[in-house]
Amino acid sequence: MSIEGSFLTESPARSSARFASRAARELRRELLVAPLAELGLVAANGPNDPEPELVIENGAVVRMDGRATADFDVIDRFLVGHGLDLEIAAEAMALPDLEIARMLVDVDVARSDVVRLARGLTPAKLARVAGLLDPVELMFALKKLRARRAPANQAHVTNLKESPALLAADAAEASVRGFAELETTVGVARYAPLNAISLLVGSQTGRPGVMTQCAVEERRNLELAINGLVTYAETLSVYGTEQVFVDGDDTPWSKAFLGAAYASRGVKVRFTSGTGSEALMGYSQGMSMLYLEARCISVVRAAGSQGVQNGSISCVALVLSLPGGTRAILAENVIAAWLDLEVASGNDAIASHSAIRKTAKLMGQFLPGTDFVTSGYSVMPRHDNTFGGGNYDADDLDEWLTIQRDWQIDGGIEPVGEAEVTRVRERAARAVQAVFAELGLPSVTDAEVEAATVGYDASDMPDRDRAADVEAADQALERKVSGLDVALALDRQGFDDIARAIVDMQRQRVSADYLQTSAVIDPDGLVRSAVNDPNLYTGPGTGYRLEGARWEALQALPHVVDAAQLGMGGNTVDEVVAVVGEAIAGTDPAEVVIAVGPAFADAIRETINGLDHGDVLAAIIEGAEEAGALPRIVRVRRVADVAFIAHDGAQLSGSGIALGIQSKGTAVIHRADLQPLDNLELFGMAPLYSLESYRAMGQNAAGYALGKRVGPVPTELDNFARAKLIVRTTLLHARETQAVVSGAPPVDLAFARPAAIR
Amino acid sequence: MTFDPTVDYPLGTRRPDLVETPSGLALGEVTLEAARSGTLVAADVRATPATLRRQAEVARVAGRRQLADSLGRAAELAGVPDDQLLEIYTALRPGRSTAGELEEWAQRLDGWEAPLTAAFVREAAVAYVDRGLVLD
Repeated sequence: MSIEGSFLTESPARSSARFASRAARELRRELLVAPLAELGLVAANGPNDPEPELVIENGAVVRMDGRATADFDVIDRFLVGHGLDLEIAAEAMALPDLEIARMLVDVDVARSDVVRLARGLTPAKLARVAGLLDPVELMFALKKLRARRAPANQAHVTNLKESPALLAADAAEASVRGFAELETTVGVARYAPLNAISLLVGSQTGRPGVMTQCAVEERRNLELAINGLVTYAETLSVYGTEQVFVDGDDTPWSKAFLGAAYASRGVKVRFTSGTGSEALMGYSQGMSMLYLEARCISVVRAAGSQGVQNGSISCVALVLSLPGGTRAILAENVIAAWLDLEVASGNDAIASHSAIRKTAKLMGQFLPGTDFVTSGYSVMPRHDNTFGGGNYDADDLDEWLTIQRDWQIDGGIEPVGEAEVTRVRERAARAVQAVFAELGLPSVTDAEVEAATVGYDASDMPDRDRAADVEAADQALERKVSGLDVALALDRQGFDDIARAIVDMQRQRVSADYLQTSAVIDPDGLVRSAVNDPNLYTGPGTGYRLEGARWEALQALPHVVDAAQLGMGGNTVDEVVAVVGEAIAGTDPAEVVIAVGPAFADAIRETINGLDHGDVLAAIIEGAEEAGALPRIVRVRRVADVAFIAHDGAQLSGSGIALGIQSKGTAVIHRADLQPLDNLELFGMAPLYSLESYRAMGQNAAGYALGKRVGPVPTELDNFARAKLIVRTTLLHARETQAVVSGAPPVDLAFARPAAIR
Repeated sequence: MTFDPTVDYPLGTRRPDLVETPSGLALGEVTLEAARSGTLVAADVRATPATLRRQAEVARVAGRRQLADSLGRAAELAGVPDDQLLEIYTALRPGRSTAGELEEWAQRLDGWEAPLTAAFVREAAVAYVDRGLVLD
């Protein structure tokens, strides 16, 4: 061993400032752990997961996934009784894992073919096959397997004060932004009817057809449904081991019964499951998270739910502590879609402190598109998210919209301008104010309406008498205040259109079309589901593609600027310079040429940093004169490149020195005997320059001309300048090149600004 | 015209003639005007067993057997009183009922003309007994 080697092994680790810097980042608040299978802390392909197995004798299952009938728990029994299609099972289970995996990503194998096979696959086989796909293959499979043609999104709408005006305003904003479903909940359970009413009113103010739910305890939830205040529910959790299922106070039969009970009252039902819950609740039986989730999703399908909210949901941070966690979560979404279920694919609970890591995880669902890309995008600041969610929130909206625009991907959220958002927020708050007044609920004040319209979060809302609110909520439930009552209240107060939208939602309950898989409702009342608007993707040129009017709409972020208008600032009326005549070479050794670009102080009037060209010229002239030189302004017309502008100027300069400057403000000090692309000093950070900088450039140019000792003008470095300004640079330079007159000789310019003013 | 589950979905837009409220109002009569005049009341704003059975058929021909089964149970439960729904749910939760009590619920369901759901409860009872999820 070398001396250095032994030194390295024996000495304690030195502390490095870079390690310390990384350790202080947000990411490092989270624990990463090595897999520990016995506690279920393994994301997928666990060492204790059973081999896929299905033995059928005389038409009956006798063994499944490592267990004999006698050892079947309630989940196994339920799956055998209701989930597996035995006529398909023999064929499907006999196929090699890899062959099925390849079918999932083969554009020439139809979705319907692989969905049919899935009906005969056991949970272990589903997990095993999904485990064979790499992340890009999983994304591709998800895109192909999604039930509904077009993706959509779901919003969370809550606030810490349970303010009805703010709930209505946020619901309206979410709806106008294109969310197809809105979910609220309660901090205090008794608030449920009031929150459900606020959400109903707000949603239909923003866009008719948006579905709403209020996540509360089942009895209360069913009451809200019976009264027509909500249209969907996704509170029905299932688990992958019997012990956790029972600890959750349910069985597959009780949950399946509840699902049918909800459907009987016109509620679209979506179950909830997700990797990690069994490990968190302490009974994983040493199985991997993905295998247990495959059991959950199989139960969901067997119970007859049209869909599932999955993608780890509230346990996401636990799954992400493990190697392959992000991939396992994507794999569970794929299994759910493969089982022909609507998928609301998580991304609601906070996945990471790190924005980078969180968004890397999101891409798995965002790029393929799912029925609901998030199970709850927080339309309000996450501080107000009483689900404990807010993985993405109000402050992240522009990022989300920009990433949609970057990838040409429909993530289910539409850009809407401030005027429209505040208009619809105010209208919703007014509407809920009217409903509360008509129904004899505690009044919503004008101050609340105003704060809900323009405030940031609940801390901007006036406090309400919460004791009076919960009392009124109890009475509302007792009086069975219904969706129809809400519509009539709006009608009496002149909100005719919102009243009609709410009646239309009541009519949807009568036809019950939204109980089918992946249903959402268009503004005109048309239900779109996997039945009448299925995903038929079979490769490029097929399926849902973001194009046409929808693509135009998703591009048009409110802050997108018109390229034609960029860089048109500055005074374009007053003349800054006047052409004197064709320039000839000077002879005065004290002469410094200021060579400006073709558009300088003409078609373009200010630098990229917004400095008026007249002020810039004045600063350069002042600097040069102070240093004892004689400045002379020349316009180079034949070329727009700063090196050639400066070099052409140097050829004309009596001293052989010129300061060349482009319209955007980039400058070079050049000397006649140098090659054009060489220079004395280059000033390439135009966005950072002040008039003082240009004055110093003038001084330095003079210094070179007069043979003085010259220290370079101090320049700063901004690594973000390019990202920030490259568009402006491009546009300004384009206008400069448009002003080029090929072969035109340079001309002398007179500065229109008298020396006294300078 | 008879109902064809392969083409008649969505019922609300394709076959409104087949959809009515429990009291017999046509779907087209579920309007704000009807609510104003009092001909439409909240209790009547819900799907009928017939509508839910049609939705079950739509699911079945779309290849969704389990969803169809669930909608079939929903059609039966549409006629079960609201308060009883949650009683049955509670009875089906683990460790809440004896096998006999579950059988009593199954018989009540038979009485409500809900044979599919009754069978479902009986099936649960057998599983619960085997797995120790019933009261003694």
